[in-house]
Formats: sequence, C-alpha cells, structure tokens
Amino acid sequence: MDRLDVLKTYKLFIGGAFPRTESGRYEAIRDKRGNLIANICLSSRKDFRNAVVVARKAQEGWNKASQLLKGQVLYRIAEMLEARKEQFVEELVRQGLSRIAAVQELELSVDRLVYYAGWSDKYQQIFSTVNPVNSSHFNFSVLEPMGLVAIIAPENDSLLGLVSVLAPAIVGGNTVVLLASESRPLCSISFAEVLNTSDVPAGVVNILTGKTAEILPQMASHMDVNAIVYCGNKEAEMKKINELASENIKRVVFYKKQNWEHPSDESPYFIEKLQEVKTTWHPVKI
Amino acid sequence: MKDTTENVKFKAAWKYAPAPEATDHVQISSSYDLFINGQFVPPKNKVYFETTDPSNGKILAKVAMADKDDVDLAVSAAKIAFKSWSKIKPQERGKYIFRIARLIQERAREFAVIESMNGGKPIRESRDIDVPLAANHFFYYAGWSDKLAYAFPNRNPAPLGVVGQIIPWNFPLLMAAWKIAPALATGNTVVLKPAETTPLTALKLAELIQESGLPKGVVNIITGDGSTGAELVQHPDVAKIAFTGSTAVGKFIKKATAGTNKKLSLELGGKGANIIFEDAAIDQAVEGIVNAIFFNQGHVCCAGSRLFVQESVADQVIQKLKDRMSTLIVGNPLDKNTDIGAINSKKQLDTINRYIALGKKEGASIYQSECHLPEKGNWCPPTLFMEVSQSHKIVQEEIFGPVLTIQTFRTIAEVIEKANNTPYGLSAGVWTQNGAKIFHMTQKLNAGVVWANTFNKFDAASPFGGYKESGFGREGGLHGLKPYLKFD
Repeated sequence: MDRLDVLKTYKLFIGGAFPRTESGRYEAIRDKRGNLIANICLSSRKDFRNAVVVARKAQEGWNKASQLLKGQVLYRIAEMLEARKEQFVEELVRQGLSRIAAVQELELSVDRLVYYAGWSDKYQQIFSTVNPVNSSHFNFSVLEPMGLVAIIAPENDSLLGLVSVLAPAIVGGNTVVLLASESRPLCSISFAEVLNTSDVPAGVVNILTGKTAEILPQMASHMDVNAIVYCGNKEAEMKKINELASENIKRVVFYKKQNWEHPSDESPYFIEKLQEVKTTWHPVKI
Repeated sequence: MKDTTENVKFKAAWKYAPAPEATDHVQISSSYDLFINGQFVPPKNKVYFETTDPSNGKILAKVAMADKDDVDLAVSAAKIAFKSWSKIKPQERGKYIFRIARLIQERAREFAVIESMNGGKPIRESRDIDVPLAANHFFYYAGWSDKLAYAFPNRNPAPLGVVGQIIPWNFPLLMAAWKIAPALATGNTVVLKPAETTPLTALKLAELIQESGLPKGVVNIITGDGSTGAELVQHPDVAKIAFTGSTAVGKFIKKATAGTNKKLSLELGGKGANIIFEDAAIDQAVEGIVNAIFFNQGHVCCAGSRLFVQESVADQVIQKLKDRMSTLIVGNPLDKNTDIGAINSKKQLDTINRYIALGKKEGASIYQSECHLPEKGNWCPPTLFMEVSQSHKIVQEEIFGPVLTIQTFRTIAEVIEKANNTPYGLSAGVWTQNGAKIFHMTQKLNAGVVWANTFNKFDAASPFGGYKESGFGREGGLHGLKPYLKFD
C-alpha cells in the first residue's frame, strides 16, 4: 500500500527554538513546474527584533567559551551536516540544482565548516601583535568579536554561501541573526536543524526567511546590531545599508561575489573582518 | 575623610617664577596660502580667515579658505602624483618619509612653540609629547614602505589612490602625522585639511614637506572650515576618507559616502571610563586621574572623563584628587610651569560652560580648584562633578574639556556594566595591583584602547581606535596600515 509522505513545516530558528513568524505570513516556494515545495515563513521586522534580543543575550557566553570549544562546536556542525547529506542534496535538487552540483555544494559546505573549526584557536595568533613602544610599557593588541552581526546571506549557493559567511562570524565569537537566500530558503532552515543538534548554544545563530527588501532596513538601522554583512551586489541596497548603518556607526561588510566555490572564498580574513582590535598597555618598570 | 589621609599643602611651600618659552626663533608668516602640487597658491576666491592664539586672542596669521575649486585643484594634483608615487621603489618612498621625520626633529622646538601658540596646549605637552610623537610616527611608517608584503602575507597589498584626510584641533601636528605617514608609506597621495582653529603647524609641515623634496602633489594641505571638509568628502576622485573628529560629523560622513566606493576610517568621540579599585596604588592612581582628564585641557577623545572609584576608597581618592588639583597651574601655554593651557576656542569654551551649567542644573555637586585664571583668553578651571548617575547628560555626553564626573561602585560586575553602558568605546583605564583583576577588566571593557595602571599613553607602534560609535579602523602600528590598502 502506498504511504503518504510526511512533509516538513519550514519555520524560523530563533533562540534555539523553531517558532513560526509572529506575523503569520507565508510565501509559497515552487519548483520549475510550479508545484508547491513548501510554504516558508515570511519574517517580519518584529521577528528580527526578537532574534536580536536572544542573540545579544547569547553573545557574552559564546564569546567566553574557549576557542578550543568553539572549534569543536564547529566541527560538530560539520559532522551533523555530513550525516544528513542525503537530505540536503535532495533539498538542493528540489531548489533546482543538478544532483552532481548538489553533492558538490554539500561536500564543500562540510569541508568549509571543518576549515573554520581549525582556525578557531589559530587566527588570534596570526592577527594579534606585541607592540614595541618607545616607553616602559608592555603593549599588545588582540582581536575581539564585534558582537552581534546581522547577515544577509548569499542569494545563490544557498547552503555553501550561508556556511561561508556564518562560520567565520561565529568562530570569532560573534552571535548572528541571518536572513536566508530569498529565492532558495529551504536549506537554511534544515541547516538550523543541524545547528540545533550540534551543541551550538541557543541564540548564537538565528535564522530568518523572508523578503530582503523588507528586513534589510531593520537590520541596517537596529541600534543593538554591531555589524552587518551583506552578500549581493545591488547598488541601491548597499547605499541604503551604509546610510542606515551610520546611525550607530555599524560596521559594514559587503561580499559582492556571486558564488563561494573558489579556494580563496575561505581564509582567516573572513574572520578578521568581524573583529575589533583592542590594545592594552601596562607599565613594566618597577 | 579618612584619618589616614593627609591634606598636603603642596602650593604653600614655594612660588613658581614665570618660565615662558621664547618665541623669537619662531617664524610665522602674516598670511598663508594653500599647499597644492608642491606650491603655495592663493585660494581661487581670495578669501582668508584669521587664526588666533586662544590664550590671549591675538591674531597670529591669515589663512586661506579653500572652496570647491581649490579642493578640486588639490585632488587633481594628488591624482596625477599618485601615478608615479605609487610606482616608485618602495624603499625610496620610505626614504622620503624618513627625511620628513628627521626634519621635524630638527625643527622640533619651533613646531612645539607654534603648536602651543595656535592651539593653547601647555608647552611641556607640545614639546614632550605632540612633536616627538609626530616625528616618531613618520619614522615608524617610513620603515614599513618596503615591507608591506610581510605585514599582509599572500594578500598582495596595493594603495587606494587619493586619500582625503580631515583632522581635529586637539593635536594638530600629531594628527597630521597620524594621517599622512601611513598613507604615504602605503603608496597613496594625500589631501589633508587641518582644523579651522589650528592650521599653523600643518602649514609649517607643508613648508617642511616642500623642503624635503617630496614629489609635488603627493601631499597637499588645504585650510578651511567644515564646508571645505564637506567638499573633500564628496569629491568623486577621492578613494578614501580618513576622519578624526566628532561622532556627529563622523555619522554625517558615513551617510554622505554611502553609495560610493569610498573607503572610510573614522576616529570619533569617547567617554572613557577610568576605574580605581580599592587595591590600587592610590597615589599613582590619583596622578593617573589627573593625566586622564586634565591632559591637553581635556580636549582628548580618549580622555578618562568618567571616573569610577570603589566605594571603600572613594573619600580618600577624592580628597587626594582635590589636593592634587589645587597644585595645577592654569595659564600661559608657553610657560613651562603650566599644567593646563587655554581652551582651544571661544566656541569650545561655550560648549564646556554649557555642560558645567547643565551639570549643576541636573543636581550634581561641583568642585573647581581655586586656581588663578588669566583675564584675557579662553580658560576653564579643572572641574569635578560628584553625586552623578548614569542618566546624567554630563555622564553620557562627551564634554571635551577639563570636566570629570565621579561615580562610585561596589562590585566588579557593577563597574563593568556601568563602564560599558555608553555608545562610545574608545578608551578605558583600570587601576589595581591585582594582576588577574587587570586582565579580567581589560577583557571585559568594550574599548579599543585599555590602559592598566597608566593612562593617555600613545605610540607610533601602538594601534589606536575605537569600538562602537567611537569609530572604526586603527591608527598606529601594523594595524594602522590596513585602512590605506586594498587586497586581492
């Protein structure tokens, strides 16, 4: 006897839970033939603000976690993603990729997580300095996370792109509110399920689906967001972000690239972009 | 007051004879033009403005007011110069910058005197801090010119082009050095606009640069007011803006450059927390408090303008601070005995006085030392506000003068919360003899520069810059190269 599939309801990921959008709105995602794939949540500005509240609460604790632990959590995400390989490949295919391309994107995503897991306790050694000042002081500069980062994830490479901008943000101790690819949002919520089984503390990563045009101004203007990462190349959107970000001197990072498959799309510089430099002085003369 | 505290009467012991620095070796022209393409050229509109000595109101010189056409001329000179400057052998580029450092050292005394005359800061500070640090900054970055590949491995660093630089009036020469030195070392060319009230040392630097043989157009220095700066910010051929000044103007610049490809670095305001624990070396901490807030009349973006004292030692610290304040000499900037010079401008004095009136109105208790103030000029006695809370405007907003607010605290968690409860994040200070407490605090304070058991120290090799609304980008050290480079 034929069995009826049990379909997944795609919800948001906020504070380690999977709520529906508070607005109750949805958007139908369809395949090329027009068949319904899923109804995804159309997040509201209020959903974003709620996510900021939990991400802010989570930031201090996540920052305090040792870099070794952060590396192990990222590695755990890679393990969980690998274990769900088939699910993601199928989802990517449903969103229009060939099976070969889907497998490649999944594998690159896993490898990228492993790559950044390895950087967790090393990037500080690349970028920090001991500064030989012309007085009797010990003086050094270290990196510290910017804090709460809002990310507008790449529109293409809906899984690999998301992983490529998310991993360097969190391995550096930031917490994130991420808006998924508008046209291909499915993987983002499945990835949230991966995060939720990977020892990532609640609130460290929050994922919303919905319309960029609607959420972007809120992300860029929110006074409790320290930095905004925008993946895309729409001049009007970038201008808007810079204008609104000026209100609290938010740090702004633009990634205009269209795909994230190149070896140069991973480096410690992606981590560094979301770090502040703190310099400490202390006398050495007794 | 605790019994152990001795109210020391330093002042009663002796009187200071005046010890003014001579000005006869200093050359100030009666009028200055714009330094564009290696020449001093008159402004297109023939408009000049007067620059004065804030300690006595005397006019020192007339200075050109650059408008849009002049900015255009300077930017095109820099644009043409960029073609060759960015291509010359990096070591040769470095040698030019070394030469500038040496020339500043040779003329250090002249620069120090003019800095004090035009800006109002005590000669001891301009002589021992501003001018030597400016020379050191050129010396430091000169050496980087041919070593950039080591600073940024595998990234192929390249210069940006013409950089527009706008600097404030609190450290006129030093800020010019902070801006020009890394820009040149990385192969960029410069259009620099000094602050309206303090153009003279930058113009003397232009003379020095002319004498140094630096290729024409590599550095252009144009004087003017905010409108000149706005023209520079909006000029389409400027690849990058580096700005030091108020947070309000910084926000305006960020907004104005939105939608362009201009890179930006901002060094903006601050409201630094200076935290004294009960286990601090109290006498040293009191010196630290004085240095944190009264250095350069408090015209310091990273000033320790919010003092937090642990409750158990608050009475003792405040009494010792008052005693120490009674010895501070406010007066002639050129006198080597002077601790606190003139407020930079009438406008800034008005701002400070407005905040002092506001503090009284908000119900804070005020203490000002009974120092003698000269009759002419812009002066403000060192001022304390006690019995203030986080919600007071004088605690939240940058006053940029010798005005300190004092709050007490009981626990570490409490003081961290209070110290970080500000939109700014430039500097912070911690005073304790407990090592673990120092590192706990320096990690927890949201500030780009943290001084432990010291305050207001600067060095060419030490990165400086803020978190949050105090701006972004670093100046000084290896990290200070990055805002002037692009990478693969």
